[in-house]
Amino acid sequence: MHAVRERVAALLFGTAAVLCVVAVVLICLFLVINGAPALIHEGIIPFVSSTTWQPATDHYGILAMVVGSLYVTAGALIFGVPLGLLTAIYLSRFASPRIRRLFQPLVELLAGIPSVVYGFFGLVVIVPLIRQIFSVQGMGVLAASLVLGIMILPTIVTVSLAALDAVPPAYYEGARAIGASHERCVFTVIVPAALSGIVASVILSFGRAIGETMAVVMVVGNNVRLPTGILEGVRTMTANIVLEMGYAADLHRSALIATALVLFVFILAINLLFSLVRKRVRS
Amino acid sequence: MIRSTRARKGQRGPVQGMRKDHRSVADRILRVLPYAAAALTAALIGFIICYILVMGIPHISPDLFALKYNSTNVSLMPALINTVLMVIIALLLAVPIGLGAAIFLAEYARRGSRIVGAIRIAADTLAGMPSIVYGLFGLLFFVTMLGWRLSLLAGACTLAIMILPLIISTAEEALRAVSDAWREGSFGLGAGRLRTVGVILLPSALPGIIAGVILGIGRIVGESAALIYTAGTATDLPQGLFDSTRTLSVHMYVLASEGLHLDKTYATAVVLLVLVVGINTASLLIARRIQKGLTA
Repeated sequence: MHAVRERVAALLFGTAAVLCVVAVVLICLFLVINGAPALIHEGIIPFVSSTTWQPATDHYGILAMVVGSLYVTAGALIFGVPLGLLTAIYLSRFASPRIRRLFQPLVELLAGIPSVVYGFFGLVVIVPLIRQIFSVQGMGVLAASLVLGIMILPTIVTVSLAALDAVPPAYYEGARAIGASHERCVFTVIVPAALSGIVASVILSFGRAIGETMAVVMVVGNNVRLPTGILEGVRTMTANIVLEMGYAADLHRSALIATALVLFVFILAINLLFSLVRKRVRS
Repeated sequence: MIRSTRARKGQRGPVQGMRKDHRSVADRILRVLPYAAAALTAALIGFIICYILVMGIPHISPDLFALKYNSTNVSLMPALINTVLMVIIALLLAVPIGLGAAIFLAEYARRGSRIVGAIRIAADTLAGMPSIVYGLFGLLFFVTMLGWRLSLLAGACTLAIMILPLIISTAEEALRAVSDAWREGSFGLGAGRLRTVGVILLPSALPGIIAGVILGIGRIVGESAALIYTAGTATDLPQGLFDSTRTLSVHMYVLASEGLHLDKTYATAVVLLVLVVGINTASLLIARRIQKGLTA
């Protein structure tokens, strides 16, 4: 009786764990099966290399959206990484313990704000601001980059901070002992020593930014075209899905799922990169 | 200027010898940068939160909490109740599975076995997946293939998969934090593995598990992309599990994109913000208490 109960419990726990694998397999399967018709119709290469997105005439090319996603994500990193990294450096090496105790929950609070609230904030504050300064419509790459740049701050700060904190004190002491100032020690010894953790934070936030949907769709303008400037409106892959899925049918629907498939490939590549970096950190 | 060039030379090698004055211009710049960045980050956080609060709080009125939504009161009450329902159903699905998986990973599986590797890769993949991809999967699987239509249940199932990796990783961490001496003591007294898990490990890992679950609640409350095409945007309270319904975040998105009731949108944003921040703070406080307990 006892042994049977143990066996059943082990089996149940094991099944629960395997459900994770089942979920991933199911998700991949459903995306591939439902995205395949559009990919076959267009051909995989033309699908990702054509800029013509015309559901009315069954022409589906998502290059404009891929470029849009990459632009917006790159913009977010340009804003978010220096700001987040320097904030992490401050918290790790300059702030007093009291300030740090107050500051850290504040950053974590930023991580909890829902993306619709960020999107709304972008819509009522950042977009009008850009409109006034540059006298353009306002929605576009810049607005989305700013919103995403703020959204990835918590990821950059917390992950970099952990990496900076983990640098052995001997590095700092050694640098101080040969006469370097505190600032110089931090920037030339500690930051390089924590580099792989910092790179990991950047990769993680790249994944967050490229996958973000609701905040982006509210401020990015959503025009399907290759962007020629940072003030222009573009459409990201995520925005494309959310905007058109509501009324899409047949091949159009399949093309949107194929868009998600391309996004998924990006995310998988990022995850792979992340685990490689993490492995290097461990060894 | 002279000082700064000398300082730069001094950095090149110890040949230059020790300088008496370490604070060069370059040092000062290096010192100002982190301070300025931290100030800017703090200012941004403060501004976003204060802006939403200042613009929203004056517009919070009783009819915002009317039980029935119509286009004049723009009530968020149905959406709020739906959010609670969504949280309960998603947790009922995700917590047992996540906890079971965590127990398996922490207590049953041999470390480094192939199945554990596969489960970890799967959990990592799920954790990094954008919520819109979950939404699409929910639409294809629960809504279309299983024929549940846009419904509370389809949304909750989608969210359950979404928070699964979070539940697993926090619960596994909490279980692993329990000292091995407790396990050995339990086994030594003749308890089996299951009994050890139930009587010794789960109770002592409970605060960590709860912190993870609360974090999951925060994710559910803040989620919108995964719900629009699984639970839909119906404004009424659902009559059953298979009725379409909107949560507070989706409600907020619809209001913001309609752009018709700006004041009410601000007020809704305040409620959503307070709710999510409150939930996350609760999780943080519990996690803090655990840390204190460990160091004490």
